[in-house]
Formats: sequence, structure tokens, C-alpha cells
Amino acid sequence: MGTRAGGSSNGGRRRNGGTTTAAQPAAGAAMRAPDRTDTARDAQSGLSRAQRLELYYYMRLTRSLEERLVNLYRQTKVVGGLFRSLGQEADAVGSAYALDRSKGDILSPLIRNLGSMLVQGARPAEILRQYMAKGDSPTRGRELNIHYGDLVRGFIGQISHLGDMVPVMAGVTLSFKMRGQDRVGLVYVGDGATSTGAFHEGLNFAAVQRCPLVVVVENNGYAYSTPVAKQTAAAQFLDKAAGYGIAGERADGNDVLATYQVTKRAVDRARAGGGVTLIELLTYRRKGHAEHDNQSYVPPGEIEHWERENDPLDRYSRALLASGDVDSQELAAIDARAQQEIDAAAADAEAAPMPVGPDALVGVYADPPAAEMLWFRSGVTSAVAVHERPAGWGTHDA
Amino acid sequence: MPEVTYLEAIRQALFEEMERDPSVFCLGEDIGAYGGAFKVTEGLQARFGEGRVIDTPISEAAIVGAAAGAAHMGMRPVCEMQFIDFISCAYDMLTNYVATARYRAMLPCPMVVRGPSGGYVRGGPFHSQNPEAAFLHTPGLKIVYPATASDAKGLLKAAIRDDDCVLFFEHKYLYRRIKETLPATDHVVPIGKARLAREGRDLSIITYAATVWKALEAAEQLEREDGLSIEVLDLRSLLPMDDDAIVATVRKTNRVLIVHEDTRTGGIAGEITARINERAFEWLDAPVLRVTAADVPLPYAPPLEDFVLPQTADIVRAARQLARY
Ligand SMILES: Cc1ncc(C[n+]2csc(CCOP(=O)(O)OP(=O)(O)O)c2C)c(N)n1
Ligand SMILES: [Mg+2]
Repeated sequence: MGTRAGGSSNGGRRRNGGTTTAAQPAAGAAMRAPDRTDTARDAQSGLSRAQRLELYYYMRLTRSLEERLVNLYRQTKVVGGLFRSLGQEADAVGSAYALDRSKGDILSPLIRNLGSMLVQGARPAEILRQYMAKGDSPTRGRELNIHYGDLVRGFIGQISHLGDMVPVMAGVTLSFKMRGQDRVGLVYVGDGATSTGAFHEGLNFAAVQRCPLVVVVENNGYAYSTPVAKQTAAAQFLDKAAGYGIAGERADGNDVLATYQVTKRAVDRARAGGGVTLIELLTYRRKGHAEHDNQSYVPPGEIEHWERENDPLDRYSRALLASGDVDSQELAAIDARAQQEIDAAAADAEAAPMPVGPDALVGVYADPPAAEMLWFRSGVTSAVAVHERPAGWGTHDA
Repeated sequence: MPEVTYLEAIRQALFEEMERDPSVFCLGEDIGAYGGAFKVTEGLQARFGEGRVIDTPISEAAIVGAAAGAAHMGMRPVCEMQFIDFISCAYDMLTNYVATARYRAMLPCPMVVRGPSGGYVRGGPFHSQNPEAAFLHTPGLKIVYPATASDAKGLLKAAIRDDDCVLFFEHKYLYRRIKETLPATDHVVPIGKARLAREGRDLSIITYAATVWKALEAAEQLEREDGLSIEVLDLRSLLPMDDDAIVATVRKTNRVLIVHEDTRTGGIAGEITARINERAFEWLDAPVLRVTAADVPLPYAPPLEDFVLPQTADIVRAARQLARY
């Protein structure tokens, strides 16, 4: 499996590989003098200092990248809609961080899980190219926004039809089981997507098969304009776990370390053969369904309340500073680094070419020439070359 | 009378039918206070209340299945698919349950499933679909796909009053782009009747939905540049299909070009061609040709989408070839 440098400066980044010090008493940590070495572990999460800073980096990268996308959208350089995860960065980043990429774990994000893709190694330049429908975007302009995947880096692109990725990830993780692989899958669904038939069937199948799958229900209060109370009569999504006969947990999705820890437990359980876990992460969608949505249906003050009291980046930077082993200059340096990466990526993406029409006709089947040229367009030549996958984009066993 | 958009015409039909018949109700995702993703149902819940304009969970199979059950009991539900692409999630309910209900169990299903359809909007593969052909093959369903504001209103009223299930496809590209003054009276357009959108002598273009406008554009250009007189037949009902109108135009011009936005293989053009062969073969002076989307999922990038979908220039080129034949 390829180990792609994620572009972050944390060279040999990745995961504590199962070692955990979570059993240490929290009180002891408070009495110790701050340890500023990168390997110093946090008693609660078991994460090293470097890892905790990395979490911050991915959250910041997510937010800044989306802010750049907003600028591009306003300049009409984004084709189609723009979907934000403002205020939800912690739940996507913290949960994805609990996977072990060195083991080949795979996740399937939804529209508000840009952060989880970045953790798995998706690059800002790819995201920007996708949104701008560029010819050298990962899907060659065929699919929109973050709908793309890379099995090597460990993420599978969603389709729009909500819930569909749950059965797909049941199958992905079933294959891990069938081949005796030590790998885990994670699939995100929104509160709204839990109402689909596909969600139910996929989750039930995975549960029966005891697939190594973690299902994260991202409860952000709304599905488009529909509040959770109109989506389910259950008091909490967590309650559904019992009905499927699987483990369930619930956590504060705006606390990145809590999100990491709850997911890590589920990942460990899955890897140990304990089957599926449903995790409900509580968060809040601060922006509209997409940029066009004016959120007229949201009670006054609600958005402002979450912005003021429960912004995941504010909370996490405060926690890092309070821990005493991180200082504000370090965080500012990470902010600047994320910004620089985005600036460079945006310049690249803007300069990238659009696809050309005939490129549309290739790639439907494995054995080209797949699509026949339209008879009334005779004289136009097909660009069969783009049938190839983008460099470094492949199947796991290839 | 002010001019009314295609979208507003649909909204008016819903309003008037709910006003007229208390058994009519609407259900779908975000259709209540929010008024739907495209605002087609705006104001409906304020007028008729949450009991008759129901926000559902994201459950298309339940929307359609529950509509069928309510319809059995004498209600007349109108289901909204937020995008028609999601009708696939209710395919089982529609084709197995709803379509067979009358035949198999003498159970009526007077219901409508409507939703924004079609491309030319940079919506990508899952917000641009034209799934009509997938349902044309199912006896028991009716399908309409209007191209004008007047037909949108009149056909929706007919669909709501129909005693069987009608799939009502709305072209989202047309929602706010076309306007018309509508008849002041209770305007109902019968299902199963085509509309002659333009009269001509030399060649017939048979089409429906957004490509009606492309065909009309092409017809004007062909008249201007080639002196060709083009007839444009807007089917507007796909199931049942107006065979008489099709045969009449074939007899008149003897050359037929079929245009649709959906993909080619298994598309409705094939069915129309077969009907022409059966009923008017000896009236043809040339083979029936078709201009359709290419057989690929509809891509997102503007140059790709433009290339895949039928454009006016394609229709002009094909019509010239057919006229020369
Ligand atoms: C099967 C299906 N029906 C309808 C839609 C249209 N749609 C797209 S997103 C959305 C709301 C999703 O809400 P939720 O699952 O809570 O995710 P969130 O947007 O809050 O992250 C809807 C109704 C869809 N994509 N798929
Ligand atoms: Mg939600």
C-alpha cells in the first residue's frame, strides 16, 4: 500500500498504532510540568503532542479550505453548489483520525466530511479542482465537489443518494473479513440519511455479518430544513443501536478529542472482531444546506449561540493552550501553513484546464471504446486517453 | 392576466386542486415551511396546514408507499421527490406495488409523484436525470412531462384528478426560464394528447420537455437558413402516448427526427420509432433518426454536460441530413 505524504509537515505521521495510555488518571496529568516534546502523551486521549497538533491542523485546513471555496463560489468559479461543514470540523477530523491508515482502513464520507478526507490524505488541490470541474480533477469533471475517492489512501466517494454508502461499506468490510484482513471501515451518515431504506438494510446486514464497520451518525440538528424531531421519533439516534443488536455510543461531536476517543474505541472493537458500532456525534450545522439556503427555518439566535459557545476550533485551541504544552505561536504557525497550502493549491486549480467535450464519452465500461460517438457529431474525435485513472489512483490490490 | 412561470403554474395547480378537493394532500421532503428545494410548494403549508402539507423523513419508498395506502382509502396524495433522481429509491413501490394495484387487486391508486427533472443545469449525475424510460416499460403507470407553463398547470390538474398513478416530471431548466399568460378558467389538459408546437411541411421533430424549446430554435434556424418548414410535435404525455398525433405528423411530412434529453439506448425514441413502423411505415421517405444524450451518466463539468446533452446545433445538423435523404 502506498504511503502518500499527506502534505502536512508531520513527516512520519500516523496514529499511535494501538498503544494507549488512556488508563492513566487525569489528575496526575494536571500535576505534571508541561512536557513539550512531540511524543508527550495526553492522558485522556492517549494522543501525542504531535498528534494533537495534527488534529488541529486538519480542522484548520478544513475550515480555511472551505472559506477559500466560498470566495471562489462568490466569484462564480465553483460550478454548482457549495456545501459547508462550518462548526462540524471536529467530528469529521476526530473520527477519521481514529482509523489506522497504515493498516489500510477505509472510510466513506458524506457531504460535510471534507475533514475526514483530508485526514486520509485528500489534498486541497484535488478538492478545489473538483469544485471547479477541472479536466484534471480526480473525477475528470464527471462528478462534483467532494464526490471522489481513492482506495489506496482509504476513502470511497459518495453518491448523492443518501444512505447508499452504508451497504457499500458493509460490503467493503465484509471483504476484509472474508480475506482475514486486519482492516476496519467507517461510514458517515447524517441524521436525515438514517431515514433511508439503504441505511437500514446496510446496517442490519453489517450487524448480522459482524463486519468490522463503524457507522457514524452525524447529528447536526437538520436535514436540509427538516429538524431531527421530524426525522425520527426516537429520543436519540443512539437508541437505534440496540435494535440492530450492535454496540452504540454517543459523544460531543464538537470536542475533537472526545470524537477521536469514542471512534477509537469502536475501531478497536471492530478490529478485535466485535462487529459494528453505531456512534452518534452531536454537532450543529451552522451554514445552510448549501450556500444558497438562507436558513429561514432556524429559530433566531440558534446559529449565533453555537458560533459563540460551541465552535470546535475555538474550543480545541483553548484546550490545547490550557494544557500548557502548546503555545499560541505554534497554533498561528499551523494556521499560516494551512493557508499557504491552500493559496498554492488554489493557484494551481485555477490554472488547470477544463475538460473537453469528447472526454465525456469514455470510461463507462472497463473495455473501451465504451461509448459510441454520437452519429450526429461525426467528425468530432474522442479523447480516449483520459480513460486512464489519475496518477496514484488505484484499487487496493493493484 | 400576468404572465406566470412554469414553476408558478405548477404551484397554482397544487393550490387550486387542494382548494377544490379536501382529499388532495402533499407529502415530501422539506415541502412545508421551507416550500421545497425549488420553492414549488411555497405558501402551501401556510394555507392548508401541516396536516395536508407533510414534511417527511428522507424516505422515498415510504412517501410513495404511504401515498398508495392513502390513495386506496380515497385520498389523492401528491408526492414530491426533492429531485426526480431519488425516485429510484421508490422504484420497487412504484413498479411492483402501485402499478399493479388496480389490475391485481382492484385497488385504485389515484396519486401523483412529481419532481424536478432534467439537465442543462450543471447538476452532475444525480441531480439531472430523466428517468421516464425506466417507467414507460411498466404497465399501470402514466407519465407526463410538460414543456410549457400552461401544460404544466393543466396536466398537473389532470394528473391529480386521474384515478391512476401519474408520474409528473417537471423540467427544472424550465422552472423560471419560461413564462406565459394562463387561461383564467379551470385549466385542465387531457393526459394522452400531444400538442402541435409548430406547424410545418418538410420534416417533423417529435420531442417533449426541455428539448421542445431546442427543437423550436432549430426549426427557426432551418427555416431562415435552409428554407425548410419544420413541424414540432410536443408529446407532453409519454404514457399513454398520442399515436394518432404521431401518425398524423408522419403522414404530413414523411420525415421524422425524434429528439430527447434522456440517453439513447432504451430511450423513448426507440418506442416511438417502433410505433411509426407499425402504423405509418409506408408514409416514410427516410429512416426515422434520433438525437439524444450519449449513453453515459450525465457528467458535471460544463463542457462535458454540453457535449453529452442534445443541443440545438445537433438538431439542426440531424434535420439537414434527414431533409437531404
Ligand atoms: C435518497 C435521497 N433523498 C433525498 C436527497 C436530497 N437531500 C440531499 S441532502 C439532504 C438532507 C441531508 O440531511 P442529513 O442526512 O442530516 O445530512 P446533513 O446535510 O445535515 O449533513 C436531502 C434531503 C438525497 N440526496 N438522497
Ligand atoms: Mg443533518
